[in-house]
Amino acid sequence: MKICRIILLLFLFSLSLNAQHDQAPTEKEAVHSPMTGDEKALVTSEQPVAAHEQGEEHHDFKPDETAFHHISDLNVYSIGPWNFPLPCILYAPSKGWSLFSSGRFHIDNDHHGSGHTAVDGYVLNMGRVMRVNDDAFPQEEIAIDQFEIGESELDGKKTEVHYVIANGVKYPLDKASSADGGLFGGGITSFYDFSITKNVFAMLLVVGLLSYVFIGMARAYKRKPGTAPSGLQKLFEPIILFIQDEVAKPFIGAKYLRFMPLLLAIFFFILALNLFGQIPFFGGANVTGNLGVTMVLALIVFIVVNINGNKHYWEHIIWMPGIPAWVKTLITPIEILGVFIKPVTLMLRLFANITAGHIVIIIFISLIFIFGKAGENPGAAWGSSIASIALALFISAIELLVAFIQAYVFTLLTASYIGSATEEHHHEDAKH
Amino acid sequence: MEFLFITSLIEFSPIKPEFGLLFWASVVFILFWSIIGKLAFRPIINALNDRSNNIQDSLNAALKAREEMQNLKNENDKLMAEAREEKMRIIKEAKDAGNAIIAEAKEKAKEEAQRITINAKNEIENAKTAALVDVKNQVGAMAVDIAEKILRKDLGNDTSQQDYVKKLVDELKMN
Repeated sequence: MKICRIILLLFLFSLSLNAQHDQAPTEKEAVHSPMTGDEKALVTSEQPVAAHEQGEEHHDFKPDETAFHHISDLNVYSIGPWNFPLPCILYAPSKGWSLFSSGRFHIDNDHHGSGHTAVDGYVLNMGRVMRVNDDAFPQEEIAIDQFEIGESELDGKKTEVHYVIANGVKYPLDKASSADGGLFGGGITSFYDFSITKNVFAMLLVVGLLSYVFIGMARAYKRKPGTAPSGLQKLFEPIILFIQDEVAKPFIGAKYLRFMPLLLAIFFFILALNLFGQIPFFGGANVTGNLGVTMVLALIVFIVVNINGNKHYWEHIIWMPGIPAWVKTLITPIEILGVFIKPVTLMLRLFANITAGHIVIIIFISLIFIFGKAGENPGAAWGSSIASIALALFISAIELLVAFIQAYVFTLLTASYIGSATEEHHHEDAKH
Repeated sequence: MEFLFITSLIEFSPIKPEFGLLFWASVVFILFWSIIGKLAFRPIINALNDRSNNIQDSLNAALKAREEMQNLKNENDKLMAEAREEKMRIIKEAKDAGNAIIAEAKEKAKEEAQRITINAKNEIENAKTAALVDVKNQVGAMAVDIAEKILRKDLGNDTSQQDYVKKLVDELKMN
């Protein structure tokens, strides 16, 4: 099932990449300077409607864009057609910090989540804050006309460039800096986005809820110790005991008690966010399906494992005992690579599973619009909606299972890595 | 299917680890781990383990109590059995003793009877002997008397005759 999902994800990727080769080039040159009067006229005559007005017209439905838009992190919280503003905390090295609510972008209530106003040189494009890296751009609040997507070629690599048109001038937009080093189309740009985004907000909400539940539970245990569980205790007690007896004890061994808070925190954090993302019409925050979040979790596991690694753990990595020296020269690089591959697989597994689940559901729902040709063919839309809803429901049910499985697998592997790092190798001692 | 992918490059932010999200995810998770771990998870685990230990202890205690009771019962049974045996033994001993006493008494009585019988026999014998001696003496005296009377008449002063008679009387005495 997991493999199928990764293949589907890759398939979607390849389709989108193929599509971009097929398409006719729209905007080749990067525009930096204000345009001449003719160009202004050209721009306004060619695309006289603003982005928010475009949404009301018939335009081609793009399921891949829709899917990626829905699983992306945004600076607004969208529930149904409503976009709720979130705090923006932005830092541009050339400018300093900017703090304001994303409501100041004047978001319309269509599904795009694009703002109508530029604030402090920042704009909201499809729910994401972007920056106009141009000193000529007015820094006060100004109305913007529309957004455009173009393509630029840098070092023989095609990259996507977003533009904003304000006061009849076309400015290129910078996306927030990302830590992928340009690997996935990101990189260091002119600003950093430390906003309480949709994912951060969902994380805070879920963690707050979990804290409330677990502190309440802890109080209940303190208030009446030794009694039979009641209420929420009944729900969570078997899960906690399962993590303790089936995950921590067999994999970590005698020292399991030390790592129980980490294992429980990982399990409930992932599980709650997986399930929270599955709630329909509630934003569908794809937190655990975001590489950044899984990277943080994997990094914490990596640090905990290697800090707690004992003599035997490092000995087995650096100079595996009990095998010939020439084999050791082969084993050692592999073992050292393994130290890093383990958390990377943790990171990718959770990310790919949850993201793929979200994409599959969105694609099934998108079938309605694909068959309906974005409103041109309502009959086909109604017909396909039956199958789409049935399929989406089915996948949703599977995703509920996946939410538990992935939280369990992440916790289990964490426990097994910690166990292998802290294990006492008695049988090895006997040999020496 | 041309209309499907006419779009330009796709903004796929989930695979771009953004610094903001990395920062917030680290902060939120580490706070969740440390604070809830300390305030909630640790006490919950301790409470659960305490309770399970309690239950295990109670079970063990109950098992031990049952075992003890069984032991006590076994001991009681053993004591009862021993007491019963003792009783039987005492009764048997008493019976034996009684029998022995009876037998002894019988023996004694028999002996006594025998002794009495023997005594009686002896006495009878003695008495018989004494009686016989007496009879002999009397018969002798009577015979002597008679003989004297006869002889007084016949022999009178014949000493040889008197010696002879004396000799005869002695011989009689010897017998």
